[in-house]
Amino acid sequence: MVKGKVWKYGNNINTDIIAPPESMELSVKEAASWSMRNVDPEFAGAYRPGDIFVTEHNLGSGSSRETAPLMLKELGVRVLVAMDYARIFYRNCINVGMIPVECPETDKIRKGDVIEVDFEEGKIFNRTTGETYLCNKIPGHIVKIMERGGLIPYLMAEKLGRSC
Amino acid sequence: MGMTVSEKILAQASGRASVQAGEIIWAKVDCAMMDDLLGPRVEIADNLEKMGVPVWDPDKVVIISDHYTPPANIKQANIVKYTRDWAAANGIRHYYEFAGPCHQVMMDKGHVLPGTLVVGTDSHSTTYGALCSFGTGIGSTEMSGVLATGEIWLKVPASISIRWDGKLRDGVMAKDISLRTIKAIGHSGATYKTMEYRGETIRALNMDERMCLTNMAVETGAKAGLIEYDEITAAFLKENFGVTEDFGRFNADADAVYSETFAFDASSLAPQVACPHEVDNVFDITDIDRIRVDQVYLGSCTGGRYYDLKMAADLLRGRTVAPGIRVLVSPASRDIYNRCMREGILETLAEAGCTILCSTCGACLGVHSGNIGDDEVCVATTNRNFLGRMGSKSSGVYLASPLTAAASAVTGYVTDPRDFLKGA
Ligand code: SF4
Repeated sequence: MVKGKVWKYGNNINTDIIAPPESMELSVKEAASWSMRNVDPEFAGAYRPGDIFVTEHNLGSGSSRETAPLMLKELGVRVLVAMDYARIFYRNCINVGMIPVECPETDKIRKGDVIEVDFEEGKIFNRTTGETYLCNKIPGHIVKIMERGGLIPYLMAEKLGRSC
Repeated sequence: MGMTVSEKILAQASGRASVQAGEIIWAKVDCAMMDDLLGPRVEIADNLEKMGVPVWDPDKVVIISDHYTPPANIKQANIVKYTRDWAAANGIRHYYEFAGPCHQVMMDKGHVLPGTLVVGTDSHSTTYGALCSFGTGIGSTEMSGVLATGEIWLKVPASISIRWDGKLRDGVMAKDISLRTIKAIGHSGATYKTMEYRGETIRALNMDERMCLTNMAVETGAKAGLIEYDEITAAFLKENFGVTEDFGRFNADADAVYSETFAFDASSLAPQVACPHEVDNVFDITDIDRIRVDQVYLGSCTGGRYYDLKMAADLLRGRTVAPGIRVLVSPASRDIYNRCMREGILETLAEAGCTILCSTCGACLGVHSGNIGDDEVCVATTNRNFLGRMGSKSSGVYLASPLTAAASAVTGYVTDPRDFLKGA
C-alpha cells in the first residue's frame, strides 16, 4: 500500500515528452531536470519522492528509451497509475523497480489529490474526494520480479544462481 | 489449433511445438541489437558488471552507432567513443559506425533471417518483420538480461490481421498504407499485440516498401509487425546473402486465430499525411489546408531507402526545389548511399537543389543535422511527429511518403504528388 500526492496528466504522455531528445546526451541524474519540460516546466523541480505520477491513456508510448522511466525514478517516482501503458515502457518500469498500476478511472483523479494505492487488493482510495476506484492486481511473474527489486537481481537469483 | 506467424516464431524460440497467445514464455534470442543512444552506456554496461558475467554470445550481438554519427558536439563524440570501446572490450565483432540507421544496417548486413527472434534497444526493431522475423524493441535493463543469459520473458501476443487488397494507384506508396493503417488502429490500438500484414497489395510490395510498413508497426503500440515469407522474401535473401532455405513453415496456418481483422482497399487510397503531434492524426492529402513548409526531410529507417530516393528523384528530375526552403536527404544506409550514387539518383537530387547528408538518424529524432526552429514546419518521410521531436516545441512535423515529400519540395507547400504525374 502506498499513499501520496498526485501529479496528473492526460493521454499519450510519450517518452519524447518524459525524456526530451535534447536531454539524451546527459547522464540520467543531469537529464532528470528536463523531464516533462515541454508540457509542465514545474514538474521536475517540484515533484517530491512519495508523490504519485498519474496519467490517462497510453502512458510511455514512442521510443523505447529507458531513460524515461529512469529519469522519473531519479525524481522520486515509485508508483505510476494510468488507464493503460505502451508495452515497452510498462516492462521498463517493472525492470527498473517501479510499479505501474492500471486503473480505468484515472480521469476522476485530479492534480493535488491524495490517493492510496493497494495493488495487492486492486483498489485505489482517493482520500481527497472519498472515491474508491478499481485497479489491476499485478500478475504473478511480475510480482516475482518486483519482489527481487527488478529484473537484474531477479535474473541473478533465478537464472544465474548468484546474489547481488 | 492453428498458429499465427508470431506464435510459430515464438514456439521455435521457446523450444516448444506450439504456443498460444497469452502464454508467458522464456525465449532464446537469435540476435540482440544495440545502438549508441540507448546501448551500453545506458545501464547495460553497469548491469553486466554488477552481474559479473560476460556477454552470452558476442557473435549474436550487433552494435551500431547511428544516432550520434557524425557527432555534433563533444558529448555526442564521447558517447560514440564509449560505444565503440565497449564493443571492442566485449568482443563484439559486428560493430558499425557511420553505416546508417541501425534497422537498415541490420537488414543490409544479413543479421535478420525469417523465423528468428531479434530484440533491439530501439522501438523500431519491428522493421525486421518485413523478413518474417519477430523483431521487437526492449529497454536497457531488459537488454542487460538478454546479454547475460541469451533469454527473455515474453507474453505471446495476440495478432491483428491487416489485409490490403487491390492495386495502389500511381503516386501512392507503402508509407501511405502505413499511415492509413495506423489511423484505423490508433496509436495504442495494437498495444501488446502483433500486426500481421497480408493480402495481394502486400504481396506485390518490394522489400523496401515492406520495411516501411513493419517499421511503423510500433506506432500503434504493436510488439511486432510481420509479413509472411514469399517469393519476394526468397529473392531478397538469395540475391543479397545467397540464402536459399525455404522458410514457408513460419507462415500462418489457415485456421490461425486473430484477435481482430482489418481489411482495406488499396485502389481507393489517396496519399496520406500525419499532422502534428501524433502519428495517428492522419488525413487524405486532399483534405488538408495549404501548409507552408520550411524544410523537407527525406531519410531515416522509414523513408530513406533505395526505392524511396529513386521515386523522389524521378519526381524531382528536371525540377528545382522551391526558393527559401531546405531539402535534406539522408540515405538510410551507406550501402543505399553508394547505390544511389552509382545510379545517379543522388546527382539528380543534388541538381534539383537538395542537400545530401551522410546516412544518419540525426534530424529524425532532432539531435543534429537538420533540427527545426520555432514555428518551423517540416515534411518528413520519418516515423514520428511528436511534440518537439525534430527541434523546437513550437515546430510541426508532417509525416508523408517520399513522393509527397518530393512534391512538397518543389512547391514549398504540403503537396499531392499526383499533381506531378505525367498527364496531370
Ligand atoms: S532513423 Fe529515426 S526512427 Fe530510425 S532508428 Fe534512427 S532515430 Fe530511430
